[in-house]
Amino acid sequence: MMASIIRIKVNGTKKRVEVEPRELLVDVIRDKLGLVGTKVGCETSNCGACTVIVDGRAVKSCTMFAVQADGKEITTVEGLSKDGELHPIQKAFVEKHGMQCGFCTSGMLMTAYWLLNNRRNPNDGEIKRHFSGNLCRCTGYQDIIESVKHASRLMYPKEEQIEVSQ
Amino acid sequence: MVSSYGEGGKILAGGQSLIPLLKSRLFAVPHLIDIGRIEGMRGVTEDKKEIHIGPLTTISEIESDKVVREHLPALGDASSVIADPLIRNAGTVGGNVCHGDPSNDIPAVMHVLGANFVLEKTGDRRISDVENFFVDTLQTDVRSGEILTGIVIPNPPERSGSAYLKAEKRAGDFSLAGVAVYLELGKGETVSKLKIALTSSGPKVMAVDGLYAIIHGNTLSPDVMGRICKRASSVSRPVDDVHGTAEYKRNVVSMLTGDAIKIALDRAKGGRR
Ligand SMILES: Cc1cc2nc3c(=O)[nH]c(=O)nc-3n(C[C@H](O)[C@H](O)[C@H](O)COP(=O)(O)OP(=O)(O)OC[C@H]3O[C@@H](n4cnc5c(N)ncnc54)[C@H](O)[C@@H]3O)c2cc1C
Ligand code: FES
Ligand code: FES
Repeated sequence: MMASIIRIKVNGTKKRVEVEPRELLVDVIRDKLGLVGTKVGCETSNCGACTVIVDGRAVKSCTMFAVQADGKEITTVEGLSKDGELHPIQKAFVEKHGMQCGFCTSGMLMTAYWLLNNRRNPNDGEIKRHFSGNLCRCTGYQDIIESVKHASRLMYPKEEQIEVSQ
Repeated sequence: MVSSYGEGGKILAGGQSLIPLLKSRLFAVPHLIDIGRIEGMRGVTEDKKEIHIGPLTTISEIESDKVVREHLPALGDASSVIADPLIRNAGTVGGNVCHGDPSNDIPAVMHVLGANFVLEKTGDRRISDVENFFVDTLQTDVRSGEILTGIVIPNPPERSGSAYLKAEKRAGDFSLAGVAVYLELGKGETVSKLKIALTSSGPKVMAVDGLYAIIHGNTLSPDVMGRICKRASSVSRPVDDVHGTAEYKRNVVSMLTGDAIKIALDRAKGGRR
C-alpha cells in the first residue's frame, strides 16, 4: 500500500511524517517520532496506556490510524513539562505517589490533563468516571485520585468550585 | 468514492469498533474510507417536529448535548455508559448504530424513540425506519456504497419520558443486558404509549412487542409493572456464557425494565421529556 504524508502538530512543533495507511497513531508516535513516553499496554482499547490528546480530547492512540490524525494537534506526555519544569499534574503525581511501576502513568497524566483543562475542580465521582478507561495494576487507584485532586489545586490555586463546560 | 469501491470499501468513522475488529483479524477489507472529516454530518439540531443528529457526532458530544439531555434523555443515559470516556471521545453515534452489534447500547434507544435513518449514495437517497434498519448480528440495512448521513427522531411530546439502563460486570464493559424505555402519559396516571427495546439480549436489538395489550387504559400498578417486566424478559434471548446464565440475564432484563420505567415515568411527570 502506498505511503502517504501526514501533517501534524506534536507538542507544539509541526511535523511531516510519512506513514502507511495501516499504521496506528501510537506506533507513529513511538517509532517514527521517538516519543516513547506513550506506552502500549493491551493494544485492544482497554488499558489507556496509549492515551494522548488529539485536538483537545483524550483518545486511545492504539485505536486510531495515523492518517486519521492528519492536520490535527497532538499532545503526548513529553509535551507536558515546559523548559525543564514539570507540569503541575506531574508534580502532583510525584508528591502524592500517584504511581508505582509507572507503566500506566503517562496515560493517567494525559487523561488528567484533559479532565483538568475542562473541569477545574472535579469531585471523586467525576474523577473515577473520567478515568474508567485507564487501568492501573499497581496502585489501587486511590493515590491516583488524590494526585488528580492535588493537581487541580496546584493548577487553579485560587479557584472556587467553578466548573467550565466540556 | 464510497460507491466506486463497492464491496471493497469499508467506511471508517471513529474506528472504535472497526479498528479492534481489524486487529483481531476477524475481518479484512481492501480499502477503508475515512468519512471523519465531513463537517455537515456533525451536531444535533431540533425543530418543533424533529431532532436531527449528525452520525459523526461523537458519543461524548451526544452525552453532553443540551437538546439530547432535555428531549431524548434515554440517548443521554446510553451515551454516558458506553465503553469509557476516551472511547466515547472518538466513537460516533453513527458508528454505534451502523456496526449492528446487538451489544451496542444506542440501537435500543433508537428503537424506542422511533428513529429514521437517512442513507445516501451517489444520486440516491432513501429512509430506513428503525424496524427495518437492524437486520441481524453485525448486519444493518446500510447497503454497499451507502453512507448513513442523518438520524431523524420525532421530537417527543409533553408528558413523555425515556430512560436507558444497563448492567455490566466492570466499568467500561459491554452490557450483560440493557433496557431502553419510552412512554407517554394519557389521562391522569394512565400510560398511552410504551415502547421497550433490549441490548445484549438476542442476535440483534430486541424490540418488546405485545405491550399495548398490557398497558391500554391502565396505570402502572404493581400488577401491570410485573406483567410488563415479565413480557420484556420473555422476549429476551440471551445465551449462557462466562458472564452469567441465560436465566440470570433474563432476570436482569426484568429488573432493569422496572427501574427504567420508573425513571422514564418520573421524567414524563416532571415535564422533562
Ligand atoms: C473496549 C471497548 C468497549 C466498548 N464498549 C461499548 C459499550 O459498552 N457499548 C457500546 O455501545 N459500544 C461499545 N464499544 C463500541 C464502540 O463504542 C462503538 O461501537 C463505536 O463508538 C462505534 O463508532 P465508531 O465511529 O468508532 O465506528 P467505526 O468503528 O468507525 O465503524 C463501525 C461500523 O459502522 C460503519 N459505519 C460507521 N459510520 C458509518 C456511516 N456514517 N455510514 C455507514 N456506515 C458507517 C463502519 O463501516 C463499521 O462497519 C466499545 C468499544 C471498545 C473498543
Ligand atoms: S494500548 Fe491502547 S488502550 Fe491499551
Ligand atoms: S503504576 Fe503500575 S500499572 Fe499503574
